[in-house]
Amino acid sequence: MGNFYSDNEDMQFLFRHVNLREVAALCEDGFKFAGEFDHAPADAKEAVQNYDMVLSSLGQLSADFIAPRAEDVDREGNTLNEDGTVSYAKGIQESLEKLAQAEVMGFTLPHRFGGLNFPNVVYSMAIEIVSRADAALMNIFGLQGIAETINAFASEGIKRKYLYDFSAGKITGAMVLTEPDAGSDLQSVKLRAFTDDDGKWYLHGVKRFITNGCGDVLLVLARSEPHISDGRGLSLFVCDRGPTVHIRRLEDKLGIHGSPTCEIFFDNTPCQIIGERQRGLITYVMSLMNGARVGIAAQSMGIAEAAYRVARDYAASRKQFGVAIEKLPAVRDMLIDMKVSIEAGRALLYETSRVVDMEVGYARRLESSPPEDKAQARQLKNDQRKYRRYASMLTPMSKYYCSEMCNRVAYDSIQVLGGSGYMRDYACERHARDARITTIYEGTSQLQVVAAVRGVCSGTAEKLLGELSGQQFASEMDDLLAKLAEGAEQLNKAVAFVKEQGNEYMDLYGRALVDMAIGLITGYLFCGQASTKVDMDVAVAAKGPGDNSEMVSMRQRKASVARRYVTKNAPKISALAELICAGERSTFTDYESLIGPVPTE
Amino acid sequence: MPYNCIVLIKQVPDTKRITGQAMNDDGTVNRGALPAIFNPEDLNALEVALQIKEQFGGTITAITMGPPAAAAVLRDSLYRGADDAVLITDVRCAASDTLATSYILKCAVQKTGDFDIVLCGRQAIDGDTAQVGPQLAEKLGVPQITYLEELAELDGDSITARRNIGTGWQQVRTKLPVLLTVTGEANEPRVAAAKKMMKYKNAWAPVEIEQQVRAENPEVDEATIKELVERKCSILKEKGLLIKQWDLDFVEADLTWCGRGGSPTKVHRIQSVVLAAKESKNVEPSENGITEMIGELIEDKTIA
Repeated sequence: MGNFYSDNEDMQFLFRHVNLREVAALCEDGFKFAGEFDHAPADAKEAVQNYDMVLSSLGQLSADFIAPRAEDVDREGNTLNEDGTVSYAKGIQESLEKLAQAEVMGFTLPHRFGGLNFPNVVYSMAIEIVSRADAALMNIFGLQGIAETINAFASEGIKRKYLYDFSAGKITGAMVLTEPDAGSDLQSVKLRAFTDDDGKWYLHGVKRFITNGCGDVLLVLARSEPHISDGRGLSLFVCDRGPTVHIRRLEDKLGIHGSPTCEIFFDNTPCQIIGERQRGLITYVMSLMNGARVGIAAQSMGIAEAAYRVARDYAASRKQFGVAIEKLPAVRDMLIDMKVSIEAGRALLYETSRVVDMEVGYARRLESSPPEDKAQARQLKNDQRKYRRYASMLTPMSKYYCSEMCNRVAYDSIQVLGGSGYMRDYACERHARDARITTIYEGTSQLQVVAAVRGVCSGTAEKLLGELSGQQFASEMDDLLAKLAEGAEQLNKAVAFVKEQGNEYMDLYGRALVDMAIGLITGYLFCGQASTKVDMDVAVAAKGPGDNSEMVSMRQRKASVARRYVTKNAPKISALAELICAGERSTFTDYESLIGPVPTE
Repeated sequence: MPYNCIVLIKQVPDTKRITGQAMNDDGTVNRGALPAIFNPEDLNALEVALQIKEQFGGTITAITMGPPAAAAVLRDSLYRGADDAVLITDVRCAASDTLATSYILKCAVQKTGDFDIVLCGRQAIDGDTAQVGPQLAEKLGVPQITYLEELAELDGDSITARRNIGTGWQQVRTKLPVLLTVTGEANEPRVAAAKKMMKYKNAWAPVEIEQQVRAENPEVDEATIKELVERKCSILKEKGLLIKQWDLDFVEADLTWCGRGGSPTKVHRIQSVVLAAKESKNVEPSENGITEMIGELIEDKTIA
């Protein structure tokens, strides 16, 4: 009997450390649903108890049922049947049934549609738990943003039609955006949406690389205004799987074999419009994508955790030169780096998810019950704007950091196992293949950097860093805080330099700028964890056989994590600042001579 | 047609997590040292009932006999989809062996009214007797299918099931009402469901309410305690959150068949077996080494 929630001490710690009660109060709108729905919590304490119980149940399902099936799912993949339907791998089908029975397929949907009304920060934990068991299954479990988009923007009729079934796990969905000539650049989507004489909408055209495109409910981005060629000509539609929706092929992929990736031909498919015309891409898909990006960051966390555990386990038992290889400096250093970078990712992701929850919660309060007092209303509005700015910077940062991190960790996991890791006998090769997509889909790392660097250069990062540095810290963090303050100073200088150079230069050094900012933000988050008020005891590694009794307080452990992380990061941040301010522009000036002609054969 | 199922469950010490403190010096189990869990094969029995309910409709009543803390497994049953839960708790049940236990359970099952299928786990991991299910069937006067590994067909009042007979399987058919004992191979039980957990985590048995009231009001007189308990219980009942609690009088049990007096089993002696490694042996990681080891294991009948 395993449990991917209770066996994860960092997650257990963050569950206590993150201010979930504040998030719960916003999410439950002052706990006003308790009278109406018998499962809705009556107060913050009960809400947090609910989160804990549900994560624990999901952790058990993930460890005992989903994870043991992941290898077979990877080998079996999906099947495109002759009648055009798609069959999931057996393990995926079975796991989806169990997830539906566990009532977790409407994680963030409102109570009134049968959902749990849980905050994003808890959903991120849930996605990590499921992804650790099977990264491919996450692509269906973690697609709840589709239902969430319907809930946020569609008419009441559409909501009623679909949301109960989503919550009950009776249907799954797909976000149908990408086309052969519209990948990162969604503004060039061509799929046509048109009306008949009765004003009913239809879709015609081809979509490609659609995750779970064989799902029951499809959210389709299509051009409803043929005369407008950019993003303002696009609207969002919902349609059911049916005879006019043809799955033409399933892609043969490097990883996440359990997740079907479909090419779809819509042959005059009847559909309904979501919200208003022309807002498809610029409002609805942007919102959908932001949620999905947080989801991919969480998926990355799960893969990284799984890959790390394979390496950790192996390093303790594999003996070379007469000792367990974890005694060798190069290996132990690699293991600590893996573990610390996972904890950095988790800190960043949960903070991001929390900020998203605060923003959503404040927006909802402003809409449903705005304060009568004008000063209060203004304050609420200001807070909501602040959280929105933070969310729009932290979301791409999390997606970028966690996905890149999980690739490094999965790569190093194979390295720790050496030749054995390269063989298919161990799960780390699967984790490495599954990891590879995370820096690509829902916007590549390069696009995440473009999105995040605006925040870094517009003062949002500076404001957030200022806020983070103003928290109460334990006094033993003082020297680390000084290092972080120095780093923040260097970031300000680099930003000022970049601004003088113009936008092109900002994009060129975007990654360096974003890396600096992430290093500083996570540094402060670690220092905050090391100053926590909710300590717990955790086990330390055994120093020899039979030694398993020693415990250490998490606060103390996090102080070591913060010390190592901030100390080792400071010279990197300084080097990045130097690089940015060096003004090196050969990428623009010497491209042709450096790169040479396109290879002919 | 819908079926009324009764699932008999037991809270047991988690014998998979045996530590040095698991046994008292006198050889009895130190229950405090082991976490209490839902007997694993009782979860398989509950899962069979849930699948029957999903396919044919009907109700599921979970019944357990035990101390007040055993209400935890009833909540667990509600989390998974049981409709009703009954705690049989009575100090006069203490020290009941399998015969007395099956008698008390018979009285309880009859008290619930009409039933179609009674389900039990094959055996509990603390006693490993596998006797209570079969004894209960005899006392209820219904046919029994033990060691069930697959419910092949349920059609009207006819049930066909595959049972494990150790060296293979046997398919049998009988008429309802019936008692089934279910093995771990029958299914993979579902986990607790989110919304049911969110609701039923607030479900309590009266005896638990009393414990809570006493803890919260240490210096209050008995009459007030009683009044507070009654008030709390009626609030819970209104919300459908009161776990039924029955004692031996309520189930109309003849006390001579209950507890120590009703238990002919006499424990002659308990031996605390301490297994210690006396010598170790290295096996070469080669074809030869493995062949030799297997030969030895067959010789001393560790493997067949």
